Amino acid sequence: MAKANLMDYDKALELYEVVIGLEVHIELNTKTKMFCGCKNDFGDEPNTNVCPICIGLPGSLPVVNRKAVESSISIGLALGCSIAPTGGFSRKNYFYPDLAKNYQTSQFRDPIAFDGQLDVEVPSGNKFTVLIERAHMEEDAGKLTHIGGATGRIQGAEYSLVDYNRAGVPLVEIVTKPVFGAGAEAPELAAAYVRSIREIVKALGVSDARMERGNVRCDANVSIRPHGQDKLGTRTETKNVNSLRSIERAVRYEIQRQAAILSAGGTITQETRHWHEDKGSTSSGRPKSDADDYRYFPEPDLVPVEPSTELIEKLRALLPENPADRRKRLAAEWGFAEMEFRDVVNAGLMDFIEEAVAAGAKPQAARKWYSGEIARIANSEDKDVSEMNITPAQVAEIATLVESGKINDRIAREVLSAVLAGEGSPTEIVSSRNLEVVSDDGALIAAIDEALAKQPDVLEKIREGKVQAAGAVIGAVMQAMKGQADAARVRELVLERANQ
Amino acid sequence: MSDVTPHLVRHLANLARIELDESEVVRFTEQLGLILDSVAKISSAIDENTPSTSHPIPLTNVFREDIIEPSLSQEQALSGAPDQGQGRFRVAAILDEE
Amino acid sequence: MSELIRKNASELVEMLAKGEVSSVEITQAHIDQISKVGDAVHSFLHLTTENALAVAKEVDRRRASGESLPALAGVPIAVKDNLTTTDAPTTAGSKILEGWIAPYDATVVTRLRQEMMPILGKTNLDEFAMGSSTEFSAYGPSKNPWDLTRIPGGSGGGSSSVVSSFQSPLAIGSDTGGSIRFPGAVTGTVGIKPTYGAVSRYGLIALASSLDQIGPVARSVLDAALLQDVIGGYDPRDSTSLKDSLGSMVEAAKSGSLKGKKVGVIKQLSGAGFQQGVQNRFAEALKLITDAGAEIVEVDCPSFEYAIDAYYLILPAEASSNLAKFDSVRFGMRVTPEGNPTIERVMAATREAGFGPEVKRRIILGTYALSAGSFDKFYGAALKVRTLIQRDFDAAFANADVLVSPTAPTTAFKFGEKVADPLAMYLNDIATIPANLAGIPGISVPIGLADEDQLPVGIQFLAPAHKDAALYEVGAALEGILEGIWGKRMMDFAPKLEGN
Repeated sequence: MAKANLMDYDKALELYEVVIGLEVHIELNTKTKMFCGCKNDFGDEPNTNVCPICIGLPGSLPVVNRKAVESSISIGLALGCSIAPTGGFSRKNYFYPDLAKNYQTSQFRDPIAFDGQLDVEVPSGNKFTVLIERAHMEEDAGKLTHIGGATGRIQGAEYSLVDYNRAGVPLVEIVTKPVFGAGAEAPELAAAYVRSIREIVKALGVSDARMERGNVRCDANVSIRPHGQDKLGTRTETKNVNSLRSIERAVRYEIQRQAAILSAGGTITQETRHWHEDKGSTSSGRPKSDADDYRYFPEPDLVPVEPSTELIEKLRALLPENPADRRKRLAAEWGFAEMEFRDVVNAGLMDFIEEAVAAGAKPQAARKWYSGEIARIANSEDKDVSEMNITPAQVAEIATLVESGKINDRIAREVLSAVLAGEGSPTEIVSSRNLEVVSDDGALIAAIDEALAKQPDVLEKIREGKVQAAGAVIGAVMQAMKGQADAARVRELVLERANQ
Repeated sequence: MSDVTPHLVRHLANLARIELDESEVVRFTEQLGLILDSVAKISSAIDENTPSTSHPIPLTNVFREDIIEPSLSQEQALSGAPDQGQGRFRVAAILDEE
Repeated sequence: MSELIRKNASELVEMLAKGEVSSVEITQAHIDQISKVGDAVHSFLHLTTENALAVAKEVDRRRASGESLPALAGVPIAVKDNLTTTDAPTTAGSKILEGWIAPYDATVVTRLRQEMMPILGKTNLDEFAMGSSTEFSAYGPSKNPWDLTRIPGGSGGGSSSVVSSFQSPLAIGSDTGGSIRFPGAVTGTVGIKPTYGAVSRYGLIALASSLDQIGPVARSVLDAALLQDVIGGYDPRDSTSLKDSLGSMVEAAKSGSLKGKKVGVIKQLSGAGFQQGVQNRFAEALKLITDAGAEIVEVDCPSFEYAIDAYYLILPAEASSNLAKFDSVRFGMRVTPEGNPTIERVMAATREAGFGPEVKRRIILGTYALSAGSFDKFYGAALKVRTLIQRDFDAAFANADVLVSPTAPTTAFKFGEKVADPLAMYLNDIATIPANLAGIPGISVPIGLADEDQLPVGIQFLAPAHKDAALYEVGAALEGILEGIWGKRMMDFAPKLEGN
């Protein structure tokens, strides 16, 4: 595959206006699938969470999961959408081996929610309103594994294996209207939008919302046009960009790629493109063709969903605080500096800090732990903070131990590693490793007196008022105490003893 | 007269994943033409204000509670499969990506 | 010929209750008849006589030990081969499913098993129930016991011939455009298409989901009522299943009366252009109905002119999608072309080899009706015509309790007469199709023999949705009057079949 020409990003923005559109698929965390009672858990042994319905055996019939409908309505409401008084299901017909019935049952033609909006803040602090066209329910497909060939990819494979555990898992697809005016920040906006959607569905409790597991998947539509041109440019759809960072990179890449083509007098092909995380580029998938005739028609095996006003109002009343309001509130409550708060938001740490604070940590302490040591370790292990083996309550416990002087910062870091290694709760670790600082002044004084006696020159200097000389004695004491002493208290005592 | 051509029939067969042989293409072109000519008169019976009926008996809001029911065993699931491997359904390589 | 096999199900129920006969004797008598005439009539695709005898034995054991038993316990039955069964193959008359054994029972089959009815086997049908003659069965046609050179009707010719040749007192059929009623008419038996949703479709291999309905095939109206009371009723596995009970069909049949009923003769289906013998019997029946105290009124259903056209768009459209799951991946036949074919080619080759000509014809037609360019003109227009037909019925039922017409334009035709002319074949269903489009119930009751060919003629009664009981009431009344006049039953006119 020849490497595509890319135009310098700033130059591309000078020449062209960027229009993006985002399709986000949310996998709901219902107990069962969309149309059958099979367990919604596709990590199990292949083809064990399947039944005649989700593997499309002849004669089987679907029945809609009530909880999935309610979750979809909640998502719609949280996005400020109107809820359709009646929404039917349609069949989208196409043949593909992961699609058990060779049609996908979808609300594509009759979305349950439409016309919403979401306010999104990008890292610079700029705010954009993204208009939501629709949110609709549909079912996921099975999982293909390509065997043979060099890469495990579809190309060159000898054969493929199909596992239908994921077939029929409920999805909500959220589609934006075209987003104009983000300019150079379009890539950041795309990522920030998906992050907001993720926060919303997580707060709603309707999805596990873990991008690395495919709970949240994004297709990014990108088109560019010369500034001042009315007609929209031809768009490409980059499929399955599955991390926030990749979304940003993929959109940026498409802008640069399309700009290079247009400026060289070429035309953009309307097509699906695939994002390659390793190469940081997209490649051409399938062009749109007349084979894309999906022959939608009303699903005769399902009847329309007509949510009652009572149901809608009940779900509305249960909506959590909207993310923008919540951010505003937490910023005020926590009292972080503006930059500190923005970093927390951008790093996706708000939920953790909020929970740690609720468990008794001081906001600054919680922030320090999450954006400091925990983020550092996560980063070094190439993991998301959410994947770290520590709960916010445990972080709060560590922070409280430090606050109360029971352990110092250095020991706290040791405790943190032990928690991450699964050794138990922070308090258990402190006690089992005997890490608690020596707070018995008697033991400290004995150690100080011994150290001062060994270093009479230092004692002299302190008495002369050269307080900084105390460092040497403090170090010796800390060493004698194996680090398990509160350094501030040691310093106080050293000065006190020296001047007696 | 109908505008059904062999080209159209081949296109439809491709959408429907049926590898028609040439004699079928010829026969279906003729028969599809006759049938479509015959049924085309329905458009004269209706206008744009006529509502559609997709379901003969109007029902709404039929749901299942979100309760796990027993699944098939892997063995049962694969029992009818023409080919299988590693607990999965085995198929020939796939031409293009969806 | 054993007298047992000529008994109606209702008579067998009484004999069993009185201890005059055992279920094993009844079942064995039918198995003997199957060995005698089975090859000649070719009603069954698969026999499950061993299992049937085991059930019969268990019924006898329970009866002997004084346990209470369901109403039809011990009465044998045959099931159309488009209903899934775990103890026998389910092929729907297609090569593509040859040998397939479903891992689940259809709801109707489960209910028959709960009723402890010995299931003798699976009956023949046109492939995927597409046809009016069983000539499109991949396993060869069934014969009409009245004349083995003639068709037994279709698609349920296996069920109609099994009952009319005394191989079983009862059978299950499915009716998408007349597949129970037309075979009933041409074999001198009773066939009912209940209200859409009255009998669960779970486990019925779908032809056209919005038209398909399972129903009883029997030799008397009361027998059919006994069977509908067993198989009918709400099933949470079918989203289109009716929740409210339609009442007892048996009570309706037993209280059979025409007195005071307003019976509407449909102007568009009053017999003009139909075979003369059909017209004569129909006219006589109308006179008997009047004599029995009913009032005949004429009703006008102008949209019926378009019913067959709408039907032959909706059916293929839905079928093209329903039959997409037959793709060689999860079940059924697989044909692998020479070379190193992709799955796309394997699917296409399998479907080419596995489907018969009528199935392919309708899939192609349905694919066209749904495709982007022709949707509005064909499928979309057909859904609107459906509304007009429902309105015609609404208006007709405002003036009549039930409607009548001949069930079919002709008596049983000869094999090969219409097989090459799809349009001529489709016209058989002209009187039966409107009920499927509107979801209303219909019954075909035999009313004697046509003068010119001495073959059975049927009358069709139609009732408003949910009023199935009305059909049993008038059907049983007319049947009683005719049997009174004849001094025997319809099937007593049938020539004796030569055994092997």
